[in-house]
Amino acid sequence: MAVCIAVIAKENYPLYIRSVATQNELKFHYTVHTSLDVVEEKISSVGKALGDQRELYLGLLYPTEDYKVYGYVTNSKVKFVIVVDSSNTSLRDNEIRSMFRKLHNSFTDVMCNPFYNPGDPIQSKAFNGVVSGMMVQTG
Amino acid sequence: MAHEAPFQLLHSELIHYICKTADGADSENGRSVTKLENMGFRVGQGLIERLTKDTARFKDELDVMKFICKDFWTCVFKKQIDNLRTNHQGIYVLQDNKFLLLCHMSAGKQYLEHAPKYLAFTCGLVRGALSNMGVKSIVTAEVSVMPACKFQVMIQKL
Repeated sequence: MAVCIAVIAKENYPLYIRSVATQNELKFHYTVHTSLDVVEEKISSVGKALGDQRELYLGLLYPTEDYKVYGYVTNSKVKFVIVVDSSNTSLRDNEIRSMFRKLHNSFTDVMCNPFYNPGDPIQSKAFNGVVSGMMVQTG
Repeated sequence: MAHEAPFQLLHSELIHYICKTADGADSENGRSVTKLENMGFRVGQGLIERLTKDTARFKDELDVMKFICKDFWTCVFKKQIDNLRTNHQGIYVLQDNKFLLLCHMSAGKQYLEHAPKYLAFTCGLVRGALSNMGVKSIVTAEVSVMPACKFQVMIQKL
């Protein structure tokens, strides 16, 4: 499904970033990086005009020609970004949501691991497995 | 109801262990209290991550404080904070009239000098939780009569 999945710390440096091997990795880093501004914008608009927009799931951040970028931010301001191929039209909002949910669950497990130091890059095998599960289905 | 007893026991054993292993001369209380506080900090960070997984995003600092007083406290200590006060300038006072970790000691003044050890972990817990929510703070505790205690949270403005 996804072509790139990234976890960004609250200070906006990457904790984890992985993309499908065959493609230009740098481009995804760039896409994720630029999406952070949109995330920031969405978070700061909370409590103002939009009122009820307090969900953790931020929805579609922006579409590019080839990809769609979705965002999610935890209460601790850690951001998850998932980049999906635009050609994959069968993917519904619900499925993206459940992907983020899985990612968040797994991230929570990483955070609660006493051997993990908060703020370090994520090297957990379990987390890696969850991410792989979401990327493999691309085919 | 069931898992508060093991927590209580583990907590007192933890304090006992830390104080026993601290070599008397160089630290007395200071360093072991810091150690306990740091342990609490890490636990608080992880715990808040888990507890806020399904909640809506918080509006502001006060919202986070309320969450700590209600959900967080209930999860750890099986009751809510009895009283939360604030001056709206970054100081919050959380009062618990029957604090779980002090309950098993005799009420009154007899063990008052030992109280700081029993509150250090919790201070760290609160500080860790707040820090993970993006609120930097200093947490101190005070006890005047045994099972009741007050936590003062001072928010550090950048």
